[in-house]
Amino acid sequence: MPAVSLDRVSLTYVTASGTIPAVQNLSLDIERGSFVSILGPSGCGKSTLIKMVAGLLAPSAGAAKLNGETVTGPRKDVGMVFQQPTLLPWKSVLDNVKVPLRARGLDAKACDLRARQMLELVKLAGFEKNYPFELSGGMQQRVGIARALIHDPPVVVMDEPFAALDALTREQMSLELQRLWEHSQKTVIFVTHSIHEAAFLSDRVIVLSARPAKVVKDIRIDLPRPRNVETLADSAFTELCNELRSELYAVTGALDGKR
Amino acid sequence: MRLFYPLVSFATVILLWEVAIRIFNVPNYILPNIGQVLESLQTGYIDGSYWPHLSFTLTATVTGYLSGAVVALVLGAVLAEIPIVERFVFPLVIAIQSMPKVALAPLVIVWFGFGIESKIVMVALICFFPIFVNVIVGLRSVDPNLVDMMRICGASRLDILREVKLPHAASPIFAGLQIAVVMGLIGAVVGEFIASTEGLGFLIQTGSNALDLGTVFAGLISLAVIGVCGTQLLRFLHTRIVFWDRKSFGSVAAGEG
Repeated sequence: MPAVSLDRVSLTYVTASGTIPAVQNLSLDIERGSFVSILGPSGCGKSTLIKMVAGLLAPSAGAAKLNGETVTGPRKDVGMVFQQPTLLPWKSVLDNVKVPLRARGLDAKACDLRARQMLELVKLAGFEKNYPFELSGGMQQRVGIARALIHDPPVVVMDEPFAALDALTREQMSLELQRLWEHSQKTVIFVTHSIHEAAFLSDRVIVLSARPAKVVKDIRIDLPRPRNVETLADSAFTELCNELRSELYAVTGALDGKR
Repeated sequence: MRLFYPLVSFATVILLWEVAIRIFNVPNYILPNIGQVLESLQTGYIDGSYWPHLSFTLTATVTGYLSGAVVALVLGAVLAEIPIVERFVFPLVIAIQSMPKVALAPLVIVWFGFGIESKIVMVALICFFPIFVNVIVGLRSVDPNLVDMMRICGASRLDILREVKLPHAASPIFAGLQIAVVMGLIGAVVGEFIASTEGLGFLIQTGSNALDLGTVFAGLISLAVIGVCGTQLLRFLHTRIVFWDRKSFGSVAAGEG
């Protein structure tokens, strides 16, 4: 059974000026323990898609399923990393990481050790008492990642988590994320509009069409792991990027697909 | 150094005041000189006849302010959180808000009497609105991603209100609380003007009736001091409690490793 499956989901936003179909009749199965990127043009409904998996949005038709169980609301077995770090500015780094445990009723002391371990894992040991505004953007997003992982959810959805970071930090964060994921056996759904990020991190890249989102291409990335800076210079990697790029261009119609 | 600029401004105003009196030969029942004002302040506060008035106005203002603030906080939170209540209550609120609250003073006196109760009600009434509006705006303006984040983490609606919306609204609420200090004083003084035997408003009015402008100015200065102290106290509490909102606050942003 796939860890996550989307079964003919559609979602239509109703606004004052009419209805906007964001996702239409989309089906997708994601196998357990895989890293899958969802790549698509801006505003194509990528975020909508993973919000349905996370239980933040209910599909207008069809169903999102985790281990075959229909998602009806936020669940314990899904962690989410947002585009912005989305930290509580009035809480210390340590307390921010603890939020998922505290909200589920664990007392502060009990979560302490676990939270410290998570911060160590994302290389933020020593920043426990700092406040988010004292950290750089990359460090803030690491806190966001630590928070998403603290309750050890088997499924993690990430909504363009590195989009707000500079190019160099992005690359470093990709390496970090790979390291965190590698032996975790977690299923990751990673939304991005960066071709490089998708190709570098994923086992599989799903290319979506412009709104309403449909799957237009499902590409397997068979590059050996662990991937590193050399991978980026590998001709196989470059080729995959080119393939993804032409798919994306075909979708947006911005340029001729052949390059 | 922080005191330098305000001190120069005040000194200049006092100097111009004195000079104007001398040049234009202004009689002291129109504009008293500094000496007279100081004398009134001295006899009032050192001999003690002003203290009951000051304490009356202060008690009315503080009590009214606190009750107005509590009601505004609770009602604002209920309205912001429960849409159906908002639809019923908001039109009423708008209607009352459009009325100059000062015009309600005679009615309040009839209902609550000549004593301190009517002043407390006036203060509460006037303080309520700026706080109330800011509570609603503050709770509404929360980043929806923060709410989503809390939902993902399994937080209940009450958790989200307490842990995210209220702290987020703290800054606008403090802005409302700060405006309400000065507005609350207006309520107290108007109440005292209309019917009272105590208070700084009463003191100013009797001074004016007796053409004793030294007393009038002493009363005005006392009110200004209360207003400034109250506002400063709130500003202090604001920066202390909402510490994360000071953009430049001890920024030690370390380089990304």
